[in-house]
Amino acid sequence: MKTVVLLDSKEFNKVIEEIAKQIASRHQNNDGIVLVGVQRGGVYLAERIKTHLQKILNCEIPLGSVDIGMYRDDLNQHLPPQLKPSMIPVDINGKDVVLVDDVLFSGRTTRAALEALNDFGRPARVQLAVLIDRGHRELPIKADFVGKYIETDKDDIVKVLFNELDGVDEVIIERP
Amino acid sequence: MNWDKRHLLDIESLTAEEINLILDTAKAFKEVSTRPIKKVPALRGKTVINLFVEPSTRTRTSFELAAIRLSADVINFNAEVSSFKKGESLRDTVRNLESLNADIFIIRHSAAGAPHFIARFLKGSVVNAGDGAHEHPTQALLDVFTMLEKKGRIEGLNVTIIGDILYSRVARSNVWALTKLGANVTLCGPSTLVPKDFEKMGCRVVYDAEDAIKDADVVNLLRIQHERQRKTMFPGTAEYSNLFGLNYQRLAIMKPDAIIMHPGPINRGVEITSEIADCERSVILEQVTNGLAVRMAVLFLVSGGKSPKDILQ
Repeated sequence: MKTVVLLDSKEFNKVIEEIAKQIASRHQNNDGIVLVGVQRGGVYLAERIKTHLQKILNCEIPLGSVDIGMYRDDLNQHLPPQLKPSMIPVDINGKDVVLVDDVLFSGRTTRAALEALNDFGRPARVQLAVLIDRGHRELPIKADFVGKYIETDKDDIVKVLFNELDGVDEVIIERP
Repeated sequence: MNWDKRHLLDIESLTAEEINLILDTAKAFKEVSTRPIKKVPALRGKTVINLFVEPSTRTRTSFELAAIRLSADVINFNAEVSSFKKGESLRDTVRNLESLNADIFIIRHSAAGAPHFIARFLKGSVVNAGDGAHEHPTQALLDVFTMLEKKGRIEGLNVTIIGDILYSRVARSNVWALTKLGANVTLCGPSTLVPKDFEKMGCRVVYDAEDAIKDADVVNLLRIQHERQRKTMFPGTAEYSNLFGLNYQRLAIMKPDAIIMHPGPINRGVEITSEIADCERSVILEQVTNGLAVRMAVLFLVSGGKSPKDILQ
């Protein structure tokens, strides 16, 4: 197995700042943004984006999380996933929700996250922000804000490591 | 770790890690019931059979609602108007239901071991909802979940269970779960109904109610099961209430932050006075709320795909 570092710590944080700038440029007069991270990596990413976004827009941005384990379409194909409680701190009806996930791959997680979000309310708009878009979509889903596009083979493994969780900020690819 | 069992038959065969995994999963499902839309698609297309061969309102309703909130389809099987009355065996009844492609069987039966028996020949999952005086695993899980929520820990917690321990599946499952998670368990009740044998399961057995409750963080009062009592073993309702019932005098010697639990249905004035059952230290109704979350977690976990280990077996 070959491991390639795609983003080191410095690039990692620069890319996150870029995502926050992209979001801010499309929400100049903060029209009620709510950030929602997808468990688990998306939650850490959303927290970082929130910090930058609050600085740029100079206002408080609500941050929530969803766990999509109850919304997957493959429960009987794998061992059951470990679930975490979802937490949506504000009423999302009529708001601009930005879903945040670390890696966009098949698009199935995003589909499940959209369904989960629906059970909390009906946002005016939902956008998707991801750190890495690695291609190989299996559903008609596209991200609005992308940190970095990369070319991968389907059986490559892309890992996003967060300091809070793994002791280092890094994106790596493992090739079989 | 991930859950890799097809059934939930008892607490005895679970590890502490597995119990904690169910409790963590239940935490996520508890949140679901606070949403505007209290339903998730996790078990869409699955069929759940509620096979209650012994009467039950609370547990049956709780399992039924749990299955509905997971988007499963539920059939309630009522033993009173069923083919059991015509003499069909449990095995035949269950195999007929399985031929309708049911996925999960929730069974309550007066015979200890009935869930284990049907699990041996069923392809689907089996969840024990109470078998004789043997075990009632989801009751123990919801009790432990409630203690954890209220006290923040189970290890080192002093838990006292008072009542008819001998005939109680709730007590047995609670003892297994609590001792595996490191709680100090005290059992108390009439000596005819609390055998010293329970000390082998790692419990303290005492016959004096004051002694049993004075250091407790949790007091769990079991229902006196009039339907299971034999006259020689039970002192009578008034005497029981005098010796073991929770009243204001006994409440006064308890720790001020100790919580009061009861699996229901309550015999008001027997195990507990009516006022104490409704006081703010009683978490009896929260146990019911938590029961739903725990049962959703159990149905979700047993529905997962199987591990390579399970396929080999």
